[in-house]
Amino acid sequence: MATTDGTLALGSGAEAPVRPMGVFARPGATPGWRGWVTSVDHKRIGIMYGAAALFFFLIGGFEALLIRLQLAAPEGKVLSADLYNQVYTMHGTTMIFLVVMPIGASFMNYLLPLQIGARDVAFPRLNALSFWVFLAGGIVLNSAWLLGGGADGGWFNYAPNNGVMFSPTHGIDFWNMGLIITGISSLLGAVNLITTVLNMRAPGMTLMRMPVFTWMSLVTQFMLLFAIPVLTSAQFLLLFDRLFGARFFDVSMGADPLLWQHLFWIFGHPEVYIMILPAFGVISEMIPVFARKPIFGYPFMVFSGIAIGFMGWGVWAHHMFASGLGPISVAAFATATMFIAVPTGVKILNWLATMWGGKLKFDTPLLYSVGLVTMFTIGGLSGVTHAVAPSDTQQTDTYYIVAHFHYVLFGGALFGFVGAWYFWWPKAFGYKLSEFHGKVNFWILLIGFNLTFGPMHILGLQGMPRRTYTYRDGYGFNFWNLVSTIGAVMIGASFLYFFWIIWSSWRRSKVEAVVLSGDPWDARGIEWMIPCPTPAHNFDVTPTVHSLDDFWHRKYGEDENGNLVRIAATEDVSQKGDATDVHLPSPSYWPIVLAFGMPFIAWGLIFNLWFCVLGAICVVGAIYGWVIEPSTDPEGDHGHPDDHPTGTDDSSAQVEVSAPEEAALVD
Amino acid sequence: MTTRPAPTTVRRRSRSALPRRLRSLTDIADPRLVVPSAEHDGHGHVTSTGISNEKLAMWVFLASECLLFGGLISTFLIYKNRVGDGALHERPHDLYDLAFTSISSFVLLMSSLTMVLAVSAIQRGEHRSMRTWLATTALLGSVFIAGQVYEFKEFLNAGYGFTHSPAWSAFFALTGFHGVHVTLGIVMLLSTIGLSLSGRIKTAQAESVEIVGLYWHFVDVVWVIIFTVVYLIK
Repeated sequence: MATTDGTLALGSGAEAPVRPMGVFARPGATPGWRGWVTSVDHKRIGIMYGAAALFFFLIGGFEALLIRLQLAAPEGKVLSADLYNQVYTMHGTTMIFLVVMPIGASFMNYLLPLQIGARDVAFPRLNALSFWVFLAGGIVLNSAWLLGGGADGGWFNYAPNNGVMFSPTHGIDFWNMGLIITGISSLLGAVNLITTVLNMRAPGMTLMRMPVFTWMSLVTQFMLLFAIPVLTSAQFLLLFDRLFGARFFDVSMGADPLLWQHLFWIFGHPEVYIMILPAFGVISEMIPVFARKPIFGYPFMVFSGIAIGFMGWGVWAHHMFASGLGPISVAAFATATMFIAVPTGVKILNWLATMWGGKLKFDTPLLYSVGLVTMFTIGGLSGVTHAVAPSDTQQTDTYYIVAHFHYVLFGGALFGFVGAWYFWWPKAFGYKLSEFHGKVNFWILLIGFNLTFGPMHILGLQGMPRRTYTYRDGYGFNFWNLVSTIGAVMIGASFLYFFWIIWSSWRRSKVEAVVLSGDPWDARGIEWMIPCPTPAHNFDVTPTVHSLDDFWHRKYGEDENGNLVRIAATEDVSQKGDATDVHLPSPSYWPIVLAFGMPFIAWGLIFNLWFCVLGAICVVGAIYGWVIEPSTDPEGDHGHPDDHPTGTDDSSAQVEVSAPEEAALVD
Repeated sequence: MTTRPAPTTVRRRSRSALPRRLRSLTDIADPRLVVPSAEHDGHGHVTSTGISNEKLAMWVFLASECLLFGGLISTFLIYKNRVGDGALHERPHDLYDLAFTSISSFVLLMSSLTMVLAVSAIQRGEHRSMRTWLATTALLGSVFIAGQVYEFKEFLNAGYGFTHSPAWSAFFALTGFHGVHVTLGIVMLLSTIGLSLSGRIKTAQAESVEIVGLYWHFVDVVWVIIFTVVYLIK
């Protein structure tokens, strides 16, 4: 859809505009790499989030393999004790902040505007900024490997281990500032996406007609909004301690090491749900499609998600049962933790009930969805065993915990996301990933996953401690550790296979030139009303939404016996993607310039304050450039009617209000 | 064409009976009721809530700021008596000059009044008056910052620095963070004056001044809490 003259106005009618030159002129070019770095299109930003997350996934996966190779046999010699500390710390941090969260952000960026019928997110430039700032944070975090070694205190870096006395290298400084920067990115994303969902919905898209993924994303973004600043405040305290000699975690001066744990886990427990809720959302979209039934208990899906969002704040201290909080708080948090399994169980029940009696099509996305439900259930059940405080006291800091959270976050979040890649890949790129290879890959991944993390339950119950770089022969740990390492190699192979599948499917799509309809799965949500890949302007006309799964109801109805009948061909209810008069927000240089300054500020605080000056010039200059540059391309008429939700495909629907609803409104 | 029940089309009751603010709330529940020309943001967009994107985003951002200050205030409350056992072991509240801080707090609160007057001026289209009030707000904010710098200097002279003990680290971090927020607010005010002078803020964009005002009021409100928790409660 990109025209060579660089305008975003689509179609042949667009003339090459005369563009003012100068620093503050907005770029218009969309082809090539400049189109990507200046892009403010939510779809491109979503794709870049995904690509960056996959890149960091390679790094984090390599670190995981190093850990497993070290532990494959007793007295391993692959890593030194010090390097082992750095590798597992960076593995955890990378996987959480640079892989799982950004993959979630990738789907939210790509899908939210499509699912609510919007042209873009509320603040396109801010959206680009949050991606580039995330990338800057990831660079700062991983630059530690090149500049003196990574953080070595575990992904939570407890005080006082995170102090200069116990961690004298700069590893924790990189970690500290990397996470402050990714936190800024999450905060910007949260502000943007919450505003988008609340404000940019198409006519008729009431809150209770929003797709479950949109709902789970909204809950996730609210959790980020409130969790991230707590982490940021703790990180600033640590920053002041390490770089400027403050006493926040200096126990010899009467500081309280539990303060760090409290602040960290008030962030850290919601964080667990921040990672899993988007995955719950994507499989809630996929299962109904492949079961060919509406989601069972939609309001329960929504409200259990909201309940998880609230309850996620009330359970943080279950991470601290072993730290001596006293029996009353331990009992309170144990009870709260058991309660939070209830809304999660509601969700699992609803997925099963959705599949129950459905005409299941076992396509790859459904396989991964079922994989999530089963693996997450195992992880959830072992989670409930941690809620029992006496039992937790035995299990804590053993491999049982490692098994638990990998079942939840890998078996849960990542399985869901891989399935979602198969599902929405055609929407983003215009071709399907290979079904056959996808299924083979699923089974390799499932078996490898269970081989890796299943035995860790046994190892943990046998007492093998986590975060210890080796173990002696004769403790009975040898066999299951070897099995686990073999499983880890299978997981590694399955992801290399996944990359090969992407490549080969892409190549085949070039050779066979498959013309894909907008709706390859016979799906339900309005994002499938538009062609694959999504045109730059999303919808030709903003749809008016009449119900949940609006696209499905445009295709199917019921006969008098309640059987499903097709009432319209997909082509007849789809949009063509050929609108020519839609003006879109113009690209901008400033997001990447602003983000570029941030690593220099971080490195400057560690090495040389002059870097800070350079970084500050970038940041401050970019902020003013941002404010002053024209809000859109000068030649673009921003007020075009089709650019607004008022231009709908069914304007009469705006006054379709049934009488009871109207009455409720006036009340 | 479908077996879905045909939507009952009724005449929409006039919603002007509802106060404007309540209408915004009901629109969250039912964006079908957003009709063209009902609620526009600054750029002529219709939004589902009737609140402009920019204003909603600022509210959402400020909600997040509450938690940032929440973490710092909690830290101070836990640490306020932890001063170590060196030769100098006074707690922060042993050294406060309450009269001085009360006056500078009053100055900061008055700056919220002048901010409101600035917003009111641009809404009436009086750009010159708006710039005057914005400048007054920035000036009052600067007086507050100057007071804070003076206070910090007094404490440093007494031997209590950022690195002295957990209590003093927490005091300087909390009040310092607030000071940085006020300073950023002053920069925003001055930038708004600059934009207004270059003709970039027209009467139609009165809301952008209002949004700067939201930030400024938030910073003031946080100071009310900090002043109470840090200075007034022993």
